Amino acid sequence: MKSASDPVSVEINKTSGVVPAGTTVAAAIMLLSNGLPRLRESITGTPRGALCGMGTCHECRVTIDEVAQRRSCLVECRPGMRIQTDGL
Amino acid sequence: MLASREQLADTWDCVIVGGGIVGTACARRLAGLGDRCLIIEPRSIGGGATAAGMGHVVVMDDSQAQFVLTKLSRDLWDELSRAIPASVGMRHRGTLWIASDREEMDGAEAKEKFYRQRNVVAEILSPGELYRREPNLRPGLAGALLVPGDSVVYPPVMARWLLDEACQRGARLLTHAAVSAINTGHVVLTDGTTVRARRIVNAAGMHAAILTPGLPIRARKGHLAITDRYPSFCGHQLVELGYLKNAHSHDRESVAFNVQPRETGQLLIGSSRQYDTEGPEVEPRILARMLGRAIEFMPGVASLSTIRVWAGFRAATPDSLPIIGPHESNENLFLACGHEGLGITTSLGTAEVLAAMMHGTTPPIPCEPYLHSRFTRRVEHA
Repeated sequence: MKSASDPVSVEINKTSGVVPAGTTVAAAIMLLSNGLPRLRESITGTPRGALCGMGTCHECRVTIDEVAQRRSCLVECRPGMRIQTDGL
Repeated sequence: MLASREQLADTWDCVIVGGGIVGTACARRLAGLGDRCLIIEPRSIGGGATAAGMGHVVVMDDSQAQFVLTKLSRDLWDELSRAIPASVGMRHRGTLWIASDREEMDGAEAKEKFYRQRNVVAEILSPGELYRREPNLRPGLAGALLVPGDSVVYPPVMARWLLDEACQRGARLLTHAAVSAINTGHVVLTDGTTVRARRIVNAAGMHAAILTPGLPIRARKGHLAITDRYPSFCGHQLVELGYLKNAHSHDRESVAFNVQPRETGQLLIGSSRQYDTEGPEVEPRILARMLGRAIEFMPGVASLSTIRVWAGFRAATPDSLPIIGPHESNENLFLACGHEGLGITTSLGTAEVLAAMMHGTTPPIPCEPYLHSRFTRRVEHA
């Protein structure tokens, strides 16, 4: 029987991974990356990632379930979420 | 670039009041002809209406006089584009004039014919051709007119570049100083300093009529919104053909669909027009109407994240044409103001026409439609 504390399976850039229940999308990307994850790119092409972790810096924006520019530090992972980090 | 204390005591060939896109374009042209110019700008270069608008360089066909000035200006922008560095930026996005129905499509066809007869490249698009280029437009549109030669610039950076060009040609800037009065042969600053000049150009935008009383300039407020980055959402400046009805009506308030993709992938969303409203604050009711209009044409706008909204004032004249040339009773005072929503486009044409009038050469286009005297001589018409 599924419970709220079961691990959650999400897809990051089309690769599946599992994270503990309650993990934010930003944290999931960090847990499932090898090395320092790049969440997005600045307009001059430099890699960017989460800074404040609380929704104010806007550096952690990714596409979640085809909606772009979501602040990943504020979104909790749900089973089957599709996350893309190829945005600006 | 900044005028020194000693230089301020000189007599300048020309003092240009206002460092917006019109003032800086005029300075560049006049300095290029050898005039020793001083630009006086109290705040930041291009910080007024110049920074508030969209930076759309566009040929308009509302009237022959407007067409001639915008066409001249757009050609000048194209010539200048070879010298504009990539960091300043000018992009040939093209404009798509969108027709919602058969009546507007007839209007598009008339516009295409007008442009074709005057060597402006324009192409009628069927709905299919339109959606191929702009899939995020709502279904059911009647088609569009594509004008590929129109461009987009980022106005405050462009004004700064025009100023740099002017200074390379010997112009100087006086900043953190405001002109409180324009007199014959000199201007007076708010700190009481007098700056002498053989001629003075009033390019003060919304303040032009304060410095030169009697100029028929009225503030026409506009709102804009800018979104987060959605790089493939839109590729051209999109404007509804109904915009023309709005820009020309002197109704108190109107909105029209007018969006522009920025280099950053952000979408700039306009446009609104209001008369008789003094405050610079964003008005949620007008903003809602404007965004609602944008969503009607591009439903996907409703899911975009808007990150900033602002309002600014256009300096509007009764006939929607700028005032360019000598003041009708003060021969040492020249006017370059009242550009309404076409200041960015016509800044270069204004500079060209003004410089010709100031130097006694033949202007490249007839300049009677823009003269100040057109307002004061009205009583002489039968």
